[in-house]
Amino acid sequence: MYEYLNNIVGNEVITYFVVAALPLFLVVLPFALIAVLAERKVSAHMQDRLGPMRVGYHGILQTVADILKLIQKEDIIIPQADKKLFNLAPFLVFIGSYAVFAALPFSSKFIGTNAEVGIFYILAVSGFVVAGILMGGWASDNKYSLLGAMRSAAQIVSYEIPTAIVVLTLVMITGTLNLGTMSEQQTAYFWNWNILGGAGEGIQQILLIPFMVVAFTILFISTLAEVNRTPFDIPEAESELVAGFHTEYSGMKFAMFFLAEYANMFAVSAIIVSLLFGGYQSPFGYLGNTLGIPALIPFEQLFWFLSKGVFFVFVQMWLRWTLPRLRVDQLMTVCWKYLIPYAVFNLLIVGIITLI
Amino acid sequence: MKEYLKNTWEGIWTVLVGMKVTLKHLFVPSVTIQYPDVKLPLPERARNRLYVNMDDCIGCDQCARACPVDCIEIETVKALPTDDLGVTSNGKKKALWVTKFDIDIAKCCYCGLCTYPCPTECIYMTDVYEFSEYKREDLIYNFSVLTPQEAEEKKKNYEKFMAEKAAAKAKAAAAKAAQAKTDNPNNSDKK
Ligand code: SF4
Ligand code: SF4
Repeated sequence: MYEYLNNIVGNEVITYFVVAALPLFLVVLPFALIAVLAERKVSAHMQDRLGPMRVGYHGILQTVADILKLIQKEDIIIPQADKKLFNLAPFLVFIGSYAVFAALPFSSKFIGTNAEVGIFYILAVSGFVVAGILMGGWASDNKYSLLGAMRSAAQIVSYEIPTAIVVLTLVMITGTLNLGTMSEQQTAYFWNWNILGGAGEGIQQILLIPFMVVAFTILFISTLAEVNRTPFDIPEAESELVAGFHTEYSGMKFAMFFLAEYANMFAVSAIIVSLLFGGYQSPFGYLGNTLGIPALIPFEQLFWFLSKGVFFVFVQMWLRWTLPRLRVDQLMTVCWKYLIPYAVFNLLIVGIITLI
Repeated sequence: MKEYLKNTWEGIWTVLVGMKVTLKHLFVPSVTIQYPDVKLPLPERARNRLYVNMDDCIGCDQCARACPVDCIEIETVKALPTDDLGVTSNGKKKALWVTKFDIDIAKCCYCGLCTYPCPTECIYMTDVYEFSEYKREDLIYNFSVLTPQEAEEKKKNYEKFMAEKAAAKAKAAAAKAAQAKTDNPNNSDKK
């Protein structure tokens, strides 16, 4: 990807910028645009409503209209706010979510950076989000914002542990931290995906399946909590905290938080996909191979990656409109009393199985 | 330990059950009605905006008297004997010019009491219920078919007619008095 662009552009700095901006314009913005609408449509239809219907055919341009509205809005900075932190927070949150995209393997030819420590980098860099949220909550000089920010920090920090343990389990099986390599290992057909025991052979693969399902469940729940989505949305619990840490934000800064949330949704789905569901690999082999056009394969891979990611985003939405919000104590119980013990046991058992 | 495992299982199982329910509802036709484009049919006796068919109104003022909030204002002027106002659809002869027929629909409580006493059934409820306005004055509906000038003219005509009549009367009275005087000149001297 990088070399290819470098050959076209011929300047390293420009190439870096282009490579860095590609996921933003190719994935994040269109995704957010579609996902916000999809969220509203999905929620509406799950509640037997129609959702936005008036802008464009069945409301498909609603998000565009909303963005136009947000751009026009006044950017209110309350006088009591700590201006520097207040202005910095939304960008920090967005940087945290966007940086994750650097290590996602969109296709075999399109990985921002094929770093050896891919998944480790993702876990580390998503810490930016906590910092940003805390900053925003603290700088707003609003008790609701502060409460939301504190809850959010507690939640994200707690749920990083089961996430990390499950990731460790996967790393034990695949023997690599590199998401690109991990995806490559689960090649060709869906029975090679990690959720079905990975590309191993015989008894080991079959033994692994139930534990991979457990790993998937834990990973899905904990990543869901990390992106502050319902049922884990206590940091922005509307009925208790107005809007949580972004109560005082308006206009484009609010939009930044919003964009970050949707970018995050896709990012964690993409992590689940690349760890457990074959990454960019197609479940049934490639059309490009059958037709004998190898150039088609990367695009097919991009398609599969995006559609798998979008599927998990849909599941997140689906859960959001199924479950009510957890209480703070329930949230902590789920994490510390259930997810972490299960994750640790899973890790041990998978470790034993891989030794067989 | 058993409790713990049971809790876990129940947690996951109930979430799955819930998800099944919501997924089913994803494909249930929605109950939303696209309001301004599609409207629910109104109940048969729904009470909404009033309308007065001025062709039939005889200006009897019964509706205004029935109204509990006094939001109907009617002013009438008697027609001259030479004016022909026609008849209402149920054959009543109209004898009054309705120079003013205002309903302050902002005050109206849609009780419908005004519609019952009307002898010609010309004040009735329509099925229009969307008539918000930016200014409160715009909610005072003028039903009178006469323009203000016409109303003024009718009033003047009537006054003139009355004045003429009074003058005629006075003249007649004077004539009568004169007659009486000539008939009996001595009587007046005695007074
Ligand atoms: S509906 Fe009731 S309140 Fe309205 S004008 Fe008639 S009598 Fe008055
Ligand atoms: S009761 Fe009917 S006829 Fe009489 S003034 Fe009212 S609307 Fe006119």
